[in-house]
Amino acid sequence: MSIKQNAYSDGLPDFRNLGVIARILVAVNLAAIGAACYAEPGWARGMARFADDAAFIEPALLASIVALYLISPALVSMRYLLANVVVVAVVLCIVAGMSYLPQSLSAPDERQLARRLVFSAAISLALLGYLRLRAKAFSPALTEARLQALQARIRPHFLFNSLNAVLSLIRRDPKRAELALEDLADLFRVLMDLADLFRVLMSDGRKFVRLADEIALLERYASIEQLRLGERLRVVWEIDNAPLDALLPPLVLQPLLENAVYHGVEPGTEAGEVLVRIEGRAERVFVRMVNPIHPGSTHRPGNHMALDNLRERLMLFFDAEAKVSTREADGRYQVDIEFPQITAKPAGQVETR
Amino acid sequence: MSARPLRLFVADDEPPARSRLRELLEDLRAECPAEVVGEAGNGLEVLDRLPESGAEVLLLDINMPGLSGLEVARHLSGLENGPAIVFVTAHDAHAVEAFELNALDYLLKPVRAARLAAALRKARHTGAPLPASLERAQAGPRTHFSIVERNRIHLVPVAGVLYFKAELKYVTLRARDREHLIEESLVSLEKEFATHFIRIHRNCLVARAAISGFERAAGGAEDEAHWEVLLEGVPDRLPVSRRQWSEVRDILGQRGRG
Repeated sequence: MSIKQNAYSDGLPDFRNLGVIARILVAVNLAAIGAACYAEPGWARGMARFADDAAFIEPALLASIVALYLISPALVSMRYLLANVVVVAVVLCIVAGMSYLPQSLSAPDERQLARRLVFSAAISLALLGYLRLRAKAFSPALTEARLQALQARIRPHFLFNSLNAVLSLIRRDPKRAELALEDLADLFRVLMDLADLFRVLMSDGRKFVRLADEIALLERYASIEQLRLGERLRVVWEIDNAPLDALLPPLVLQPLLENAVYHGVEPGTEAGEVLVRIEGRAERVFVRMVNPIHPGSTHRPGNHMALDNLRERLMLFFDAEAKVSTREADGRYQVDIEFPQITAKPAGQVETR
Repeated sequence: MSARPLRLFVADDEPPARSRLRELLEDLRAECPAEVVGEAGNGLEVLDRLPESGAEVLLLDINMPGLSGLEVARHLSGLENGPAIVFVTAHDAHAVEAFELNALDYLLKPVRAARLAAALRKARHTGAPLPASLERAQAGPRTHFSIVERNRIHLVPVAGVLYFKAELKYVTLRARDREHLIEESLVSLEKEFATHFIRIHRNCLVARAAISGFERAAGGAEDEAHWEVLLEGVPDRLPVSRRQWSEVRDILGQRGRG
């Protein structure tokens, strides 16, 4: 199983991310309102001025966003400084070009054009700076979140109980013991890879694995738990419609299954059923896991750290485009996750092993 | 040393873990003869089967569904000839620390044959663990009370208890369907279950959830007038002492507002 890492240029925003686009839209419009109110005396006159300006600003803004969206793969492969220069140049070209379009009602005089260019350059640079700072501000939190996630990921309880179960198989069923050890080895390989990655790339944010890899990991994990818990664990897989090529951050799903088993099956004296459903619909990936609830469980109550962690990681990867929700009903606990179905590796992605 | 095999009971919720212990015991046959006289897959089964099995030593997993290992041990300590107990745990930093502090014996999974043999040799001599050590080792209150009758352990869930009343030597535990005598003090019960029960009188603890209302006691001289607690589902009325009344009334007030 390989873990891929995307070498985004130092702090350059992802112009194809909904969250980034939303931030640009809001910031430019707020700045334009501010500038209009500053130029005109009084709030009402300012808003009227903004309404006039908007006729030019909005098309230029949208055109810039579309252009940056389109050249985003090329930007990512450039050096950071060069990429910034290109971004500002593209915006200025669009602003200048649109000022001379025949349908512009008032042909711009030179002063107006100069004002527009200065305003566009200033706001572009300010936004690039802001988005870079934002990415930087997130990276310590991100590192922290990932380290916590790593530590919390495989419960020691699971590790030692699994080893114990494998030991018990060695004499009675050496073949099965062999398979079980292979599964355990795979699980740990993924953990070690991730640990390496954390050490080497503390400052960077993004790596993706294929959904197929995550599902394989789920299956290995489930088979070890099955060995340990026997008939008490029933996992129902509904993964025929899973988009296997979709990309997601590594080890997002396994902690959910581990939680489902730990809180939903282990505390019960009867058999417990865990549902794993993964499907792709309308360019989005939907994951659902359902497990029984045991109110009087002797297990430490979950502090939802795993879930908070997961939410944070998905947010860092997909920004506003990912959703995590949970609900409890009819004695069952349900976690739903959805995120965009990205299949192409973003440009500039490198293999780290 | 007697050649008589040690009678063992094995409790673990994972079948592979039980068979692993059996295999190790088989390996140790020459060195430390033992026979497995019973097995259980959860805490309730242990309490159900162990007394009749005649086991001298119990190998007890702590993380079991139903009842935790530590609580199982506490209920077993009511037996007259309770077994020596060796706790087994995969990983539980809290429990291990508590064992060390209270001189309780434990093994870590995966269990090694040599460690198992040493624990069994020791257990042969130590006998049942002290109830006080078990009480200190358990984090948080019990989920059940236990009453031992003719070598059988009867469990009453904490949620099913309406009140405790101290009378002379004993404390009466009142459940919905019947009463039991238990050998515990109101003071220690009050301490362990502070969130569940409230003291209404020097001799009485009532389950907060069971209180349905309060009533002025009918009759009696004016200066002896007092309040009584009414309970849900049973006709019993329990007098509230004047000393406790203000505290009890606060709870009533909170409920009224909530």
